[in-house]
This record gives sequence, C-alpha cells and structure tokens, in this order.
Amino acid sequence: MGKDIRSRIPGTFYRRPSPEEPPYKDAGDTVAKGDVVGLIEVMKTFHEIRSDVEGTIDRFVVEDGDPVMAGQTLAVLA
Amino acid sequence: MAIEILSPGILTTIQDLGRPGYYHLGIPMGGAMDRLALRAANLLVGNPEGAAGLETVFMGPDLEFTEDATVAVCGADLPPTVNGAEQPSWTAFDVKAGDVLGFDYLRSGARAYIAVSGGIETPPALGSRSTYAIGALGGLKGRALAAGDSLPVGTTKAAGRSGRSVPPALRRGPKPAPELRMLPGLYWHRVTQSSQDAFFEDAWKVANEADRMGYRFQGGRMMEFVEREQPFGAGSDPSNITDACYPYGSVQVPSGAEPIVLHRDAVSGGGYFMIGTVISADMDLVGQLQPNTTMWFVRTDMESALAARAERSAILAALREAVA
Repeated sequence: MGKDIRSRIPGTFYRRPSPEEPPYKDAGDTVAKGDVVGLIEVMKTFHEIRSDVEGTIDRFVVEDGDPVMAGQTLAVLA
Repeated sequence: MAIEILSPGILTTIQDLGRPGYYHLGIPMGGAMDRLALRAANLLVGNPEGAAGLETVFMGPDLEFTEDATVAVCGADLPPTVNGAEQPSWTAFDVKAGDVLGFDYLRSGARAYIAVSGGIETPPALGSRSTYAIGALGGLKGRALAAGDSLPVGTTKAAGRSGRSVPPALRRGPKPAPELRMLPGLYWHRVTQSSQDAFFEDAWKVANEADRMGYRFQGGRMMEFVEREQPFGAGSDPSNITDACYPYGSVQVPSGAEPIVLHRDAVSGGGYFMIGTVISADMDLVGQLQPNTTMWFVRTDMESALAARAERSAILAALREAVA
C-alpha cells in the first residue's frame, strides 16, 4: 500500500549524482530509511534527498531536472 | 548551554532584527527575512521583539533542550513537533529538559522563526547576533548551525506564556498567486514602454537562487532597452550603470533577463541598473516564497507604499496587544 518518498525542500530534482553516473535508485530497487534517492538544487547548493520510508520503489513521479515544491512526492513505493 | 543541535536542516541561522548602520561600509543589515514572524515568535515567549532566534529554511532542524523552556514557531507553515508530537504554530508551548524539537514537512511558505524564552545569547557582533554567513560575521562563529553545536540561551525568561497564540487574522504568509508591489525607480526610464508593461503583465516564477542575499525570478519577457551611449564608468551591457548604491528591495535585471530582488544580506552596490524597489511592507513576503512559485509584480506609487507600511505597522501593533 502506497508509501511515498517525499522531498522536504523545493528546487530542481536530479536522480543522478552527476550527468555521467547512473541514477541513485531505479524502479524495482529496494530502499532503506536514510538511502539517498536524488539531489535537490536550491540556493546554489545541491542537497541529498534521503528516504524517510523503506520498501521497494514502484515508480518515480518526478523526472530528472523537474521542479519540485516542498513536501512533493518524488517516488511511490510498491 | 541549553540547546544542542542534533541536525541543522539545510540552512538554520541565528537571526535578530539585524545591524543597521554599516551598509555604507558594505556590511548589510542582515537579520530575519520575515521580520514580523520573528517579532511574533519573540512576543509569544515573552522576549523583547529583537531577541535572537533561529531562522530555518524549507527543512527544520532537530534541537535538544538541556533545560526547560518556552518555544514559539512563526512564519512558514513548518509544523513543529516535540518528541514527534505535532505542536501548533504561531503559539507558545513548553518544552522540558531532554525534549527534542523537530519539524514535519513544510506545508507552505519558506522560512520559519523559532523563538526560545530568554533568547539565543551568542556574542553580538557590531550590535547584532544576526548571522551574515558570507561575511563570517555574527551568529555562532559567523556561520550557519551544524550538528553538534550548542547554543547558549539567556536566563531572563518570562513565565506563564504557554498557550498564547497569534490570532489567525494577524498571521501572515504567502497566499496563492502572491503579488509583490514595486515602486518604479531611478532607472525605470531605461526600458521601453512595452517592457515596462510586460514586467507587470507577465507571470514570474521564483528561481532556485532564492536566498538571504536576493531572490531571482524567471519566465517573463526579456526587457528592451532605450538606446543610449553608455556613460563613463558603466560596463558595456545595456543593463550596466556607473556603479551605484543598491537599496534593500531594489530590483535589478542583469541584461534585462531575470529580475533579482535584493534582501537582507544583499551586496551594497554595483553596476546593474535597478528598475524599482519592492516596498518595505512586502519584504517579509519575499522571504516566504518557495522556488517554483508563480507570482506577479504589481505597480504601486509612493502614497500607496506608505499606506501599506502604515497598515503593516498597525498589524504589528495589534499583534503586540493580542499576545501581551
């Protein structure tokens, strides 16, 4: 039953540590509390976004480079 | 020591009402970006309005209290929690020694102000405890808070404040489709009439560069400049001027592309033209805008700006009375 990974901060969401590297997490991956699932760029700084929940990622609902607001869902767990 | 920083959020700083009087030397006034919210939080816990509290942006810190205190959180809707249990915002509540003050996900706004009875009592610098991080001045060692820091709290504490609350009608925060009122200024004549009109017609979006120095906005039309020969000392870009002083709230538009509203930690001067100034009554609101928020600039005149300032003062007077 759907638990969400949400962002505490607004900004631009990135799923990879850098453009040349693979995503932190993909759909189907397991995620533990504290795992990094992406970066948010805001106020000229990149912040790691860590999961508050654990489970298996069903899908990301925000794509690489998308704007996000605080509290917005980034990924839904299966 | 009375407050231990377990985790600092992304940017939590000690702020009071700032250090006026040094801007001409390049040191900005600093202080809370939402001054009404800091004043309200201090009043609720029985502190002087200008006592130092914490300004936290988007994501709150986790704070452990080593002695009993009264706390209030005002400004952004960033719900405070004590040992995980949600507490009301804009309301004073007690914490006991050993309690952990945390925060839930931000619901609206951008910056919350945390006042603690007694106030944060780090050493003042140039008459203020406000943190001016890029100048390494004030606050705790001139920087934002980090995990492991301990904050001294003053011993002069009011009692019996718990439960006092700012009436909802006196709370201020961003509404949907926020508007910032701007008084056109010294260099307004440098852009064409159609660009002047477009500036107020276009929807703008708060950019990621939205910090204590200034707020950048994107998405409106590029400005067209009135032709001129650049004056002596000005750079070659049509948005360049011979260096001048930058007021708080002034709106510069480098190359005519993205307006920047200067805020409390602004640089004091430079070579970009300023099309106008966001009025003082709306500066608190600037500090509560999240990136990606769609907003509009609204033209105003001096008479309306002064009326808005008087209205803002009346809100503060009513707030003082309501929580006295």
